[in-house]
Amino acid sequence: MRFNRHGVWAIYHFELARFRRTVWQSLMTPVITTSLYFIVFGAAIGSRMSEVNGVPYGAFIVPGLIMLSLFTESIFNASFGIYFPKFTGTIYEILSAPVSPAEIVLAYVGAAATKSMLIGSVILLTANFFVPVQILHPFWMVAFLILTAVTFSLFGFIIGVWAKGFEQLQVIPMLIVTPLTFLGGAFYSIDMLPPAWRTFSLFNPIVYLISGFRWSFYGESDVAIEVSLLATLGFFGLCLLVVGWIFKSGYRLKN
Amino acid sequence: MSAILSISGLTKTYASGLQALKKVDLEIRKGEIFALLGPNGAGKTTLISIVCGIVTASSGTVVADGHDIVRDYRDARMKIGLVPQELTTDTFETVWATVTLSRGLFGRAPNPALVEKVLRDLSLWDKRKDKIMTLSGGMKRRVMIAKALAHEPSILFLDEPTAGVDVELRRDMWAMVRRLRDEGVTVILTTHYIDEAEEMADRIGVIRKGELILVEEKATLMRKLGRKQMTLQLQEPMQAIPEGLSDWNLTLRDGGHGLEYSFDVHEEKSGIPELLRRMGELGIGFKDLNTEQSSLEDIFVSLVSTRTESAS
Repeated sequence: MRFNRHGVWAIYHFELARFRRTVWQSLMTPVITTSLYFIVFGAAIGSRMSEVNGVPYGAFIVPGLIMLSLFTESIFNASFGIYFPKFTGTIYEILSAPVSPAEIVLAYVGAAATKSMLIGSVILLTANFFVPVQILHPFWMVAFLILTAVTFSLFGFIIGVWAKGFEQLQVIPMLIVTPLTFLGGAFYSIDMLPPAWRTFSLFNPIVYLISGFRWSFYGESDVAIEVSLLATLGFFGLCLLVVGWIFKSGYRLKN
Repeated sequence: MSAILSISGLTKTYASGLQALKKVDLEIRKGEIFALLGPNGAGKTTLISIVCGIVTASSGTVVADGHDIVRDYRDARMKIGLVPQELTTDTFETVWATVTLSRGLFGRAPNPALVEKVLRDLSLWDKRKDKIMTLSGGMKRRVMIAKALAHEPSILFLDEPTAGVDVELRRDMWAMVRRLRDEGVTVILTTHYIDEAEEMADRIGVIRKGELILVEEKATLMRKLGRKQMTLQLQEPMQAIPEGLSDWNLTLRDGGHGLEYSFDVHEEKSGIPELLRRMGELGIGFKDLNTEQSSLEDIFVSLVSTRTESAS
C-alpha cells in the first residue's frame, strides 16, 4: 500500500491556509454568537429557568451549542472545500494527480474537521467565561468531538460533490441540519417534551449526538450512551459508504 | 526511439451517447514534440483527459513511461503534467501557494529551489506573492504551465496552449516548449493553429470525429501531401484554357489574367519545362511567374474536408 503523504499534506495545508486568511472572521463569529447565546439564555432567561437534571440551564446548553457549530462548520467547510474546485474547474488537477480517493477524502475532510474542532474548542473556552462548565468524561468528550467533526465533514464532502450550485450547498444545512439540531435537544432535554413528541424525537439522529456529547460533560443523557455512540458511528459508516460509492462511480466528479 | 506513451484501442463513449473516441492507437516517442490537430469536437481533449486520469476510458489501454494509467496510476501520473485549455486557477491564492500545492499533489517533496526555477523560467518570479486574480490572462496561462511543471514531469500535455494568447507570449511559449524538449521532456500539444504545429512539431497526428486519421513525421507529411502552385501572369487575358494545354492541371485566375498550375512536389517530374515550352509553341506570353508551396494548413483543410466528403 502506497501513501501519497506529500499530496495529502499539500491539500490539507492549502485548505487550512484559506482558513488562516480569514482566521479573525472564522473565530470571532462563533465567539460573538456564543457570547450572545449566554447573555440571552444564560443571564437574561436562564436565571428564571430551573436547572435541567441538576445542571444550571446556561451550562446545560453548552454541549448543544458546540454541537450546533460543529455540524454547521464541518458541513460548510468540507462542502465548500470540494465544491469550490469543481466550480472554478481546478478540480482537474486533483483528478489528474497521483492521489487515491481515500487520500483526497482524508485531506479535505481532515482539514474541514480540524477547522470545526478549533471552532468548537473556542466556543467551549468562551462558554467557560459565562457559565460553570464541567467535563466529567474528558476522553469521551474529545472522542465525540472528533467523531462528530469527521462525520459531518464527510457529510459536507458528499453535499459538496452533489451540489450543482451555491444555493444547493446551503439547502441541506439550512433545511435539514439546523432544524433537526434545534429540535434535537440542543436547548432542552427531550425528557421535557410530551410523550408523543419525545417518541417522535427519537427518530431524529441529532438527538443521539447531542445526548452523547452532553453525557460526556454532565453524566446525564436523554438516551443511553452506548446507543449514542452506535448512532454516531452508524452515521459515520453511512457517510463513508456514500463517499466510497462516489469515487467508485465517479459520480459528479468524473465522466 | 522508444515509445514513452502507448495508447491502444482507446474508446470513449459519453453517457450522452456521444462517441468521442473510436479505437485510437497512438505511440508517442520519447523526447519528441507531437502535435495533435483537429477541428473542434474531434476528441483531442477527451484523449488528453483520459491519459491524465480526468476521464475514464470506455475501453483500451494507455501506458505512460512503462506504467499502465489505471493499474499503476500513481507512477503513471507522476510522470505526466497537464496544462488544460481553460484558464482554471485558484483565484484567491498566490502564485507561490498554487504552484507549491501542485508539486505536493503529485507526490513530490517540497523543493522551494525548484519552484523558484520554474517561476523564473516563466517570468513569474516577481509575481510570486500576487494573488492569481490580479494577474493578466497571459500571466495566468504561465501559472498554469508552472503548475504542470512543478513536479518535473517527463510527459507534458499542452491543450491549446496558445489559444487567445498574444504574439509575444506565443513566441515565449514556443521557446519554452523547445527548451523542455532539450531537457528531455516529451511534449504533446493540441492546437487549432496549424502554423504552430508546423513551427513546433516533430510529428503530427490528425484527429477527426474521434478517429486518428493520420500520424506522420511533419517533414514527410509536408512532402507527401505538399502541393506546389505555379502562377503565371499572362500578357493577354484568356477566356478559356486552350486545347493544347489540357495535359496539365490548370486553372484560370484573376478573370483570365493569371494561369495557375498545381502539381505534387514529390512527383518525379514537375511538368513545368514542358508546360512552358508548349506555351511558347502556342504563342502564350507571360510577364511574371511565381511558385508557392502549400502550407500545413492547406494540407490539413484538404485532408479533413476530403475525409468528410468520403464519409458522407
